[in-house]
Amino acid sequence: MDLRYSESDEAFRAELRDWLAGVLPTLPAKPSPHDWPGRRGYDTDWQRRLFEAGYAGISWPTEYGGRGATLVEQLIYLEETTRAGAPYVGVNFVGTLHAGPTIMTEASEAQKAEHLPRILRGDEVWCQGFSEPNAGSDMGSLSCRGVRDGDEYVVSGQKTWTSFAQIADWCELLIRTDPDAPKHKGISWVMFPMDTPGIEIREINTIAGTSEFSEVFFDEARVPVANRVGNENDGWRVAMVTFGFERGTGFVSDLVETDRLISDLVRLARAVTRRSATAWDDVALRREIGHLQAEMDALWAMTKRNLSQASRHGVPGPAGSVMKVVYSELYQRVTDLAMTVLERGGLSLDDVGDWPSGSFVEERVRSTSFSIAAGTSQIQRNIIAERILGLPRE
Amino acid sequence: MDFELSDEQVALVDGVRAFVDGRFPMATVRSLADEGGVRRELWQELADMGLFSLRLPEADGGVELGWADAVLAFEQLGRALVPGPLVWTHLMAGLVPGAATGETIVTGIDRADPSALVEFPRSIDVLVVSDGAGLWSVDASGLTIDDLKPLDPLTPVGRLAGPLAQGEQILDAEGARHLRMQGAALTAGLLLGVATASTDLAVAYAKERHQFGRPVGSFQSLKHLMADMFARGEVARGAVYAAGVTLDDPAVGSVERAVAAAKLTAAEAALGNGKTCIQVHGGMGYTWEIDAHLYLKRAYALEPAFGTRDDWADVMADLLDALA
Repeated sequence: MDLRYSESDEAFRAELRDWLAGVLPTLPAKPSPHDWPGRRGYDTDWQRRLFEAGYAGISWPTEYGGRGATLVEQLIYLEETTRAGAPYVGVNFVGTLHAGPTIMTEASEAQKAEHLPRILRGDEVWCQGFSEPNAGSDMGSLSCRGVRDGDEYVVSGQKTWTSFAQIADWCELLIRTDPDAPKHKGISWVMFPMDTPGIEIREINTIAGTSEFSEVFFDEARVPVANRVGNENDGWRVAMVTFGFERGTGFVSDLVETDRLISDLVRLARAVTRRSATAWDDVALRREIGHLQAEMDALWAMTKRNLSQASRHGVPGPAGSVMKVVYSELYQRVTDLAMTVLERGGLSLDDVGDWPSGSFVEERVRSTSFSIAAGTSQIQRNIIAERILGLPRE
Repeated sequence: MDFELSDEQVALVDGVRAFVDGRFPMATVRSLADEGGVRRELWQELADMGLFSLRLPEADGGVELGWADAVLAFEQLGRALVPGPLVWTHLMAGLVPGAATGETIVTGIDRADPSALVEFPRSIDVLVVSDGAGLWSVDASGLTIDDLKPLDPLTPVGRLAGPLAQGEQILDAEGARHLRMQGAALTAGLLLGVATASTDLAVAYAKERHQFGRPVGSFQSLKHLMADMFARGEVARGAVYAAGVTLDDPAVGSVERAVAAAKLTAAEAALGNGKTCIQVHGGMGYTWEIDAHLYLKRAYALEPAFGTRDDWADVMADLLDALA
């Protein structure tokens, strides 16, 4: 076991730091979270800059124009970009981390040539049409239909929880092409152009007051059969390929952010004075923060173990679900603690006086989604129990 | 960076595991409760396996392994619930004559500890005492210790009666401070083993035990308890191994911080899993014959050693204070 970075890793880090120090001050002002065209412009501009500097598709193989970085370099990339406050992957998330890798693995050469370079340059934005109102945790029971009509599928039904639907060019869409087959066997994966007639997008208002997600309604919308990736009715397997693509770096940015949030909480606790002492003078609070940081450090160590296992054996250890369960609940505890420090100062989403309180309050609300999105904590615990511990299915 | 076990480390773990499975099956471990927790012949075998001397230079009878290796070996000792003052005797190898070879059995106490409890009072040869000035060696044969009924039947305790001699100095204050971190890392290794073994025991029982016509392990309410056991163990595993690596190579991070994370999360895992293991066993978990209680009781016995969870959380908070 060795936790030292190699010389070439350190060189990669130094070069990346230099580039970030040069480029970040030249970025335009961040758009408002409600300005979707602005967000698309900002995020794709960043993707273009990454592309030009050779950092786009850090995990993509070089044959598809990616960096082909080692897992340790990917870890460093995520650590450094997050620490420096670089823009997030944002609207490029589905394209670079989901649809792109699926296309790489499963699509025809023509399909690859059409989409991969455009995704990498930030010319093409993707969204995901997987979940439906009646197919959440049980996604295999999805019912959005694709009825074959000559060389087209006629799509009717509804998708939901679709991020970036408002501004995406393409949707990685799962449709039911054989309603009579067993539920996982009758699904196909298609590349659906978002300017197709017959679709309607409705934003979902979340409890955080944002509209990160949309519902997408399909009313006999036509998509060419040529847009299918993989065989007809083999779409479930095609979709699952992507889930194996993430090899242990999925939570690196979140861990960096959480470390920062804990440091911010220490500073907040020092700034809040009640009854002549600061919140930071409260031993119980300090102890709880120390406890949370200890668990955070343990999650960092677990990330490095995972990554080393994936580097050596090609597959990550069993910690993906463990990481998701523990991390999401830990983050919620950090924001809970911030609320106890703020007391009535937590009643506003704006900063109160000179306390940097607003972001903590916002994060407390936002973090309720962490234990739900991408597989609820309950589903993750079932996965740990059944796939890792080998407990029988209910 | 490669945070996977090396081939040598895998061989070490396999070797220690095979040894403890062969020489410390649960029936043997349980029988040690009537022998003050330590049987000299078995203790000698632990020493012959190199478990106390493995970090020493070859000239002193060791094999020059590191802290990471020692932590891995101690995880296996914890998994098998091997009793005895393992951590103190290991730490005193090379400092107290005979500790490395198994002739001298050593435990430790904090001079200011108001409980004045000594573990394994009928087995020890030397008591080492830590205080603000360092670490001191006291001949145990001159001590008066009143036996008390132990919580963990495999961690017998007695209370020091009468004055405690100053003893012979072994380490200065700085040395004692380092020793505390090393002891915490090894104890974290033991706790990780306890956490893992209690998960295995619970899972095995839940697959076997049937109610309502099916294995109780098929019920989600129990599955989620065991998923949490596994999660606590895996979180601790990263931290515990990182503490060993950081002790060997302090260039990779703060030793104090790595040890704090290890000891705290390993204790959390062992205590949480020990409790849950009893819960998963239902009524059987409350019986003496089922081993579940032995894991929880060992977790209770190890939690305060070399700093409680709260002690290490306070250390972590102070480190954050200096950084923020």
